[in-house]
Amino acid sequence: MTEKPKFAMYWAASCGGCEIAVLNIHEKILDVDANFDVVFWPVAMDAKYKDVEAMEDGSILLTLFNGGIRNDENEHIAKLLRKKSKILVAFGSCANEGCIPGLANLSDSREIVHTAFNTISTDNPHEIYPMTSYDVPEGEIHIPKILPVLKTLDQVVDVDYYMPGCPPESHQIAAVIDLVVDVLHGKAELPPKGTVIGAGNSTVCDECKRTRNVKTIKSFQRIWGVAPDPSLCLLEQGIPCNGPATRSGCNARCPTAGAQCIGCYGPAEGVADYGARLISAFASVIDAKDPQEIDRILDGLVDPTGQFYRFNLAGSLLKAAVPAWKAESTHEKEKA
Amino acid sequence: MTENNQEKIGVYVCHCGTNIAGVVNVQEVAEWAASKLKHRGVVIAREYKFMCSSLGQELIEKDIKELGLNRVVVAACSPHLHEKTFRTACANAGLNPFLCEMVSIREQVSWVHTDKVAATAKAKAMIAGGVERVRYNSPLEPLMVPINPATLVVGGGIAGIQSALEIADAGHHVYMVEREPSIGGHMAQFDKTFPTLDCAACILTPKMVSVGSHPNITLLTWSEVEKVEGYVGNFTVTVRKKARKINEELCTGCGICQEKCPKKVIDNVYEAGLGYRKAIYTPFPQAVPNRPVMDVENCTYYEKGTCKACEKFCPTNAIDFDQQDEILNFEVGNIVLATGYDLFDARRVTNYGYGRLPNVFTSLEVERLTNAAGPTTGNIVLRDGKTVPKAVGIIHCVGSRDRNFNNYCSVICCMQSLKFAHLVHERTGATVYNFYIDMRTAFKDYDEFYQRVLEEGTLFVRGKVAEVSDVPRTEREKGKLIIQVEDTLVGKQRRIPVDMVILSTGLEPRKDAKEVAKLFGISCSVNGWFIEKHPKLDPIATMTEGIYIAGCAQGPKDIPNSVAQGAAASARVLGKIEQKQIALEPIRASVIEEKCSGCRICNGLCPFNAITFHEDRMVTEINPALCQGCGTCVAACPAGAITGTGFSNDQIMAQIEGLLMLNVDQELAVA
Ligand SMILES: Cc1cc2nc3c(=O)[nH]c(=O)nc-3n(C[C@H](O)[C@H](O)[C@H](O)COP(=O)(O)OP(=O)(O)OC[C@H]3O[C@@H](n4cnc5c(N)ncnc54)[C@H](O)[C@@H]3O)c2cc1C
Ligand code: SF4
Ligand code: SF4
Ligand code: SF4
Ligand code: SF4
Repeated sequence: MTEKPKFAMYWAASCGGCEIAVLNIHEKILDVDANFDVVFWPVAMDAKYKDVEAMEDGSILLTLFNGGIRNDENEHIAKLLRKKSKILVAFGSCANEGCIPGLANLSDSREIVHTAFNTISTDNPHEIYPMTSYDVPEGEIHIPKILPVLKTLDQVVDVDYYMPGCPPESHQIAAVIDLVVDVLHGKAELPPKGTVIGAGNSTVCDECKRTRNVKTIKSFQRIWGVAPDPSLCLLEQGIPCNGPATRSGCNARCPTAGAQCIGCYGPAEGVADYGARLISAFASVIDAKDPQEIDRILDGLVDPTGQFYRFNLAGSLLKAAVPAWKAESTHEKEKA
Repeated sequence: MTENNQEKIGVYVCHCGTNIAGVVNVQEVAEWAASKLKHRGVVIAREYKFMCSSLGQELIEKDIKELGLNRVVVAACSPHLHEKTFRTACANAGLNPFLCEMVSIREQVSWVHTDKVAATAKAKAMIAGGVERVRYNSPLEPLMVPINPATLVVGGGIAGIQSALEIADAGHHVYMVEREPSIGGHMAQFDKTFPTLDCAACILTPKMVSVGSHPNITLLTWSEVEKVEGYVGNFTVTVRKKARKINEELCTGCGICQEKCPKKVIDNVYEAGLGYRKAIYTPFPQAVPNRPVMDVENCTYYEKGTCKACEKFCPTNAIDFDQQDEILNFEVGNIVLATGYDLFDARRVTNYGYGRLPNVFTSLEVERLTNAAGPTTGNIVLRDGKTVPKAVGIIHCVGSRDRNFNNYCSVICCMQSLKFAHLVHERTGATVYNFYIDMRTAFKDYDEFYQRVLEEGTLFVRGKVAEVSDVPRTEREKGKLIIQVEDTLVGKQRRIPVDMVILSTGLEPRKDAKEVAKLFGISCSVNGWFIEKHPKLDPIATMTEGIYIAGCAQGPKDIPNSVAQGAAASARVLGKIEQKQIALEPIRASVIEEKCSGCRICNGLCPFNAITFHEDRMVTEINPALCQGCGTCVAACPAGAITGTGFSNDQIMAQIEGLLMLNVDQELAVA
């Protein structure tokens, strides 16, 4: 019997939901086991980085990489897995576009640490902060260093395919596994490098069954404040649904369930900045001419960053707020 | 289109005499582009004194042929001016004209900067932007559409009348839309016209009659344009024809209704408030069309529920109290806007007392006073209607050339003041004083007229009048209006008592000029006049193709110039009609169907109604003939399903990267 191709999965800065989504494909996971030799998957099995380091370059056929690059450990493993893998997939929103961890790019990393270790929710009378290195009798120990900004996987290494979603829908994961298995058996061909896989080519509205009309928005509503008409487009009812800008592929789960799309599948094909697109789309359909009236309507969007960049901040054109970005350029200069 | 590094780009940097070269080091820029943008596909970079000259164009043509250039970047003036020139040069050499890109280093660099080093660096960055962008330009073919030979003329003053007649005489249909009950405009209110003093009515009415009876003219008075859709060659116009309450077919214009109507109303329009009209009226005897309108706001029947005297006496049963506004739609290929001007409101200059001091008159009031068909049958008298003035002061530049009101010169006021001086002198024998700041008599026979009025004994005082007052300081001033002025030629203050003051009020843009401009998709200048395409070389056209402006709507001017512009606008329209079809810029938006989710965000946005939604397939489509490439929908589509040719995302992103010099050695850019 010839050797089975090797498979790896890694989590960087992420919540773990992507891993669960993979397990959520039920018996399909057996196909993974049948077709692949799982060589590295920290969440599922024990492994040491040095084992990966010892592997031959390009020896892993497929690596699903989830999570953003938040610290130097993430960066190291991303580069390592890139070297060792033939096909590297940015798996899930964090790896693709930064996702929730990416929102931390609005702040300087010191501020983040401070918030985590010394605010009213944390009782820290002695101002104890984590140190990245510490001397113990056995020698010096290290914990990973936080980087000034969170980066998406492709801002750090070359990526072959992109699979969006927070997390990717299980039926899409299953379909991608089917495809890879078919490719292994010579029954299908890989799509061109850089393709977004496991998602549609249009936006969520395309899969949404709600009826829609020419849009005019007179006020924005928060979802908990209204009982939306069950069959009419949410956006038309003033509920800021991100469906028009979000890549299709989820079967419009949220709008179908009566909640607005929050954009986890990321920008549509060819869109450079998700938030900017959505902002100009919403602005285009606001039904008012008087500047004060427009301001009043816009005030209905209480958390603009959360509305427009919840998933995409790190992957957007601006990527980070100025303090974080400044720290990043200093960091880059120091490295060089 | 790119990536395969097949680009062979030529960069041409223009000196524009010293316009650009005075601030930007053109030679350095060209050399820089040749060496530092080589790896971006630039194979040749040249500088030249005047790129737009035929020699400059030949440079490009020659390089295309000899070096096989497949992209061209011209760094010169604004694309508004010469994009066409350079595109044509490329086309002449066999290169698709849309593979040529202009970079404006005059308007955006040399004219707005003084720091030569920084300006030169900026020019380089802008050229880098142009080069990056042009790599993504694709060849485009213009769209040919037929031109509708009918024309809309808005405004029936002398400018509009001239324009309509020229086009109609050439055999093409004209729709003339006039807001008032009759055409004629301001000229119809005058008695004599400077400088020849011919009778305004005698020269105007024949033209008005021609318009009214011309087989090629559909005259819509008491009407206003409500909506304009489409583009040059194919405009759809919606007009509201206000209810006259008269059946125009049955009405013979006999005038019995106006005679019998018991309700007198002060006529603030035609009689400038000096005379009366009835509630049903034609503004003046020679009105065209000779059909009355009912003023429902003042009509007794609408006020009290009874009267209908007009209906009772009308011999042809033409009165129709139930008549409603009519909405008309028609198609035209070109539009001429000749909406004229409004008179400056003299009340705003409070120190001259108009509205407070009865014997202070505006120019338009005096036109009515001098008019034989006016309220005083041509007698120049005081507000009491009988006293003939013995001394009259005429104040020039009221509201014009004045920082507190309008900075501009109203052009006609000096001549109009001289005309009044002559008429007052001739009809009353009064002593006439003209108070002027500068005498502006700059057209044919105008200064001769000034000489004539000087010889007639009119007294000229050079100075800006400070005040007109009725408070006497001496016996001699009692019962008079006193004009307080610094006589700058003598160098002292003077108080001149007169019986009558005439304010030569200036011209202002129509109060609704901004809304009208918006309706037709053109713009107004800071002062509010419609903006021409080019102040010197294209004063008739506007930035919107197919929309022309003529007469005082474009700026203050006299009758001969208004007529000349009316005729010039027609010449432009006729030229367009002759072309029979027109090449539309292929800068258009289109929807990539697979990407369109049918979210309908874009559906209500197109100012040209080019967007249709297909319910059955749940996709949006853009009509390329209607789309003007404005980009509104492209920016709005959140799915990125709409692309704009000539302004693709790739092009714009590449241009930004170029501007930021991401692909070149920046250290070398800033010298
Ligand atoms: C007191 C005075 C005396 C003058 N005397 C002389 C003179 O002796 N000699 C000389 O050469 N010049 C004279 N002029 C200048 C002359 O009046 C103008 O040059 C000329 O009338 C301009 O014609 P016009 O067609 O551009 O505008 P207008 O005469 O103002 O005509 C515009 C027409 O458009 C109509 N209109 C406006 N808006 C709309 C709309 N939205 N829709 C439909 N219709 C609309 C108006 O009702 C009007 O009929 C004098 C001006 C003044 C104020
Ligand atoms: S509810 Fe949301 S996803 Fe559905 S059509 Fe409206 S905007 Fe699109
Ligand atoms: S009904 Fe009106 S318009 Fe007719 S006569 Fe009476 S007041 Fe005049
Ligand atoms: S905005 Fe875009 S996706 Fe939405 S209907 Fe229009 S073209 Fe389609
Ligand atoms: S670009 Fe879009 S909005 Fe603009 S004219 Fe074309 S279709 Fe209409």
